[in-house]
Amino acid sequence: MGRPKIARKSTAIDMTAMCDVAFLLLSFFILTTKFKPSEAVPINTPTSVANKIAPETNILMISLNKDGKAFLSFGDSKSDRDKKTDMIKSMNSNHSLGLTDNEVAALVKAPFIGVPIAQLKQQADLQMQGKELTGENSPGIPCQDTANNQMIEWIRAAVDAYKGEKMNLILKGDNVAKYPVFKNILTAFKKNEQFKFQMVTNPVSVPSGTELYKLNLSGKADE
Amino acid sequence: MAEMDTSGGGHHKKGPGVKKGKKLSTRVDLTPMVDLGFLLITFFIFTTTMSQPTAMRLALPDDKVKPEDQNKIKQSGALTILLGKDNNIFYYEGELAPDASNFKTSNFKDIRDEIMTKKQQADTNLVVVIKPNDESTYKNFIDILDEMSISVVKRYAVVDISDVEDQLIKKTEGGQ
Repeated sequence: MGRPKIARKSTAIDMTAMCDVAFLLLSFFILTTKFKPSEAVPINTPTSVANKIAPETNILMISLNKDGKAFLSFGDSKSDRDKKTDMIKSMNSNHSLGLTDNEVAALVKAPFIGVPIAQLKQQADLQMQGKELTGENSPGIPCQDTANNQMIEWIRAAVDAYKGEKMNLILKGDNVAKYPVFKNILTAFKKNEQFKFQMVTNPVSVPSGTELYKLNLSGKADE
Repeated sequence: MAEMDTSGGGHHKKGPGVKKGKKLSTRVDLTPMVDLGFLLITFFIFTTTMSQPTAMRLALPDDKVKPEDQNKIKQSGALTILLGKDNNIFYYEGELAPDASNFKTSNFKDIRDEIMTKKQQADTNLVVVIKPNDESTYKNFIDILDEMSISVVKRYAVVDISDVEDQLIKKTEGGQ
């Protein structure tokens, strides 16, 4: 042959280094991942530029889903669960529901309370049978009209259970929930002298060029 | 042409018991392992919660406070924002004129400019009154509160809408 043969070099790259990097990243994510709790009540919250993290202890969370149904849930810590037990017991005695201790415990284990007070026993029974209620098939705590606002009683029970300790009232509302239900929940707060509360939102950055952006740049103290 | 025979000699016999004559390479190709590694990484990236949900504070006024004790709002500094359905916003400055001549329409993008203009005009007298009607959504309400905080409006109030204003909104929306 006349053509000089070009010395062929191997084109296979040594992948060991790449593999090391990949597994390092993987270990980082495995150790720092916290799985999002699958919500019993799926809610899309609106966005806001607020930058305070939502509290996770001593919370009383009222969830408002897209159909305007209101649900009550609590934190996962022991003190939150104890307060939940106290609240359910006081509701039990105030309305003579006749809940047994097992039923009270079942309600405490439930992810949320989403039925009118009269149906609490049924929710407890369903919970004990293992059929947990979801956001879709529970009617929600009635607060649709101002006359029958059971949320007022629940908040009152909560205030009693907390006995003066700082309670973090948070409201998690869906984007398309209509305003009247929200107003009734606010009325429930006002009637129980709870004037400060927080609303859960998704964080977004402050739009550039606005007043707040300029204030943040100059490093003002946050209110 | 020279031909390389790499098929491996099966017919060489080196000695009793030795089957293979040709030494096979021990190098492992790691590319599929890297693929798997990156697949697992992307799985964990998507299920990890790195952004915590934030909370927006709201303080409600005490209804029991007598009207005389409440601060009077100067009409010149008042901007009333009404929230209707389908993300409609209506606003007027000062008091609503009897013939509704100062009733204007807006949307969520332009309202920020309006608030800024009014803020420059009124300065410390600025009070924004927010009146959502029954057809507005929770998102509208939170977005307006967000605008208050973006434009650093210190005084704002949430009030029930009056019938006159509600009628006006329905008329304007019905016409669109």
